[in-house]
Amino acid sequence: MSSSSPDPTASDAPEAADAPLSQDAAQELEGIDEDTVVETLEVEPTHEIHHATGLATGPGAPGVAKVDPILVADHITRSFGGNKAVDVDHLEIPRNAITALIGPNGAGKTTLFNLLSGFDKPDTGEWSFNGRSLAGIPAFKSARLGQVRTFQLTKVLARLTVLESMKLGANGQRGESIWQAVVPPLWKSQEREIEERALGLLQKFKLFEKKDDYSASLSGGQRKLLEMARALMTQPEFVLLDEPMAGVNPALVQSLLDHVLDLKAEGMTVLFVEHDMHMVRHIADWVVVMAEGRIVAEGPPGEVMKDPAVIDAYLGSHLDEDIGVITGRYDEEGNRLP
Amino acid sequence: MNWGSILDNTLSFMLSPETIGFMLAALGLAVHFGYAGLLNFGMAGFMAIGAYGYAISILSFGFPWWAAMLVSIVGAVIFAILLGIPTLKLRGDYLAIVTIAAAEIVRLLFQSRVFDEWTNSADGLGGYHDSFRSANPIPEGTFGIGPWEFTSDQWWSRLFGLFLVALGLLLVWLLMRSPWGRVLKGIREDEDAVRSLGKNVYLYKMQALIIGGVLGALGGVVIALPSAVIPQYYLPSLTFFVWTALLLGGAATLFGPILGAVLYWGVMAFLAGLLPAMANEGWLPMSSTAAGNFRFVLVGLALMLLVAFRPQGLLGNKKEMTFVK
Repeated sequence: MSSSSPDPTASDAPEAADAPLSQDAAQELEGIDEDTVVETLEVEPTHEIHHATGLATGPGAPGVAKVDPILVADHITRSFGGNKAVDVDHLEIPRNAITALIGPNGAGKTTLFNLLSGFDKPDTGEWSFNGRSLAGIPAFKSARLGQVRTFQLTKVLARLTVLESMKLGANGQRGESIWQAVVPPLWKSQEREIEERALGLLQKFKLFEKKDDYSASLSGGQRKLLEMARALMTQPEFVLLDEPMAGVNPALVQSLLDHVLDLKAEGMTVLFVEHDMHMVRHIADWVVVMAEGRIVAEGPPGEVMKDPAVIDAYLGSHLDEDIGVITGRYDEEGNRLP
Repeated sequence: MNWGSILDNTLSFMLSPETIGFMLAALGLAVHFGYAGLLNFGMAGFMAIGAYGYAISILSFGFPWWAAMLVSIVGAVIFAILLGIPTLKLRGDYLAIVTIAAAEIVRLLFQSRVFDEWTNSADGLGGYHDSFRSANPIPEGTFGIGPWEFTSDQWWSRLFGLFLVALGLLLVWLLMRSPWGRVLKGIREDEDAVRSLGKNVYLYKMQALIIGGVLGALGGVVIALPSAVIPQYYLPSLTFFVWTALLLGGAATLFGPILGAVLYWGVMAFLAGLLPAMANEGWLPMSSTAAGNFRFVLVGLALMLLVAFRPQGLLGNKKEMTFVK
């Protein structure tokens, strides 16, 4: 019953499952009883978690104002044909916190992501990032302002090497102007700095050994890591992650969770879409629940999970069951589904 | 059958202005397709604009040869911008459809009687050589060895063409090893990913379209330098011949277009000598004229086999350039 819940990430999963376990993943598995990894219900980050509190000015409710919002959106609507995919009255994303955007399939999460990042244009609406209006601004400009995103279906630059993909991410490169490109002395020194930074991030994301391989040769989980690392090359303030854990094996999920927590520790703001409620509960400071294009609930993770509106909209009749089971990652006995 | 003359002609043609012009056009197409992933099927249009821009500037406006070439370059830039504005925001395959149509529009405009005063419509243009030849620094006479024995004027157009090829190679080499080239290759792989990293994808595609288009126009100029400008030359098939040369050499390589152009025209010249000779000997069941045209059938077949079995071309890296993502 639970495994039948449709999951757009399901198509990703076999790929990752088939992929040989990466070196780093294998290292992480060493010394851990294999059964615990397979059967454990929850993959916990290795870092100590400090949940941010006091983010909102009032009790959790849809559209509640935040103490220090990094992004404020108003009256955003987007229809596909007669179907209103997104209809958000008011939304504020708290600064330097991890906000999870959850909701059933078709709730409009990815559409909202596309709108906020400039990859799609809303029918109506206004939103601002750091007080600067972003409505009508093309995607590349909002990325330059410090708001970077990743994609649900990972977009690696297949026939660029891992290191090249990373270096591509850095912004403000002099050598990217066609006039300066033909005079290498103008950009060589900056290129060296960028390479150093890229190698540092690759080391952190355990992709250093892969730096000279084509991105196409990476496993599903490594692609997720590369996409996140590449996004960090832009030195963003606000990171939007669209299902960062989808189709990733448990060992890599753990390292991804750590990386997401690191982003917050380094002062960044994170907004991510995720289906697995265990992960949401672990790392999110704030949870926004969408259903049928609207925001139905907001609040700290512990409170939101008990909100009747969420249980109604998101969980339907499964309210007595473990939410991890509902999302299709575990069966009723708590075994992880392949 | 006279093998000696067939071979002589083949080797001679491998250093013809047409081959050299193809090097430039294929290099331009490498920028478009190999590096930026732009499916330009309108290279013949750029080549026509280059050739007509050169000829008309000299014949109708009395420009010196170098100013006429600048006109060709400016013409190619304008054509690229006109082509790019409506299409570069759309998906790649739309560009293919629009470019093939745009190139035909260009050819038909040059061919139509409306601009007869400048274009001489279907008869084309000739007799614009004096200005270029007057700049020839090579002394009178015939030089060279074996199949490559040419007159001073013949050498001048060939050497000038090769000089342009060298300049083009230098430019493409410098660009593709720079961060600019990295962005372009990223766009070829996934333009949304590149956009999400804060790059103005549209601008890069436009710049690539312009650079490749200018190289194509210069290719058209080099081909027209010693000969004439005939509208029937700039048929869509010309575009496909350039594509064949490019794919033969390797689309995402620097020297692939050069090697491809040489080999393409080598094979074409060889077949042009061999097939009619075979027909004359009675080895082929067709007239010698039909046999001469039969080479285009073989080229089409070769293009299909190439794309199916060696999509990266002779010099390409299989991992870097394939048609299946």
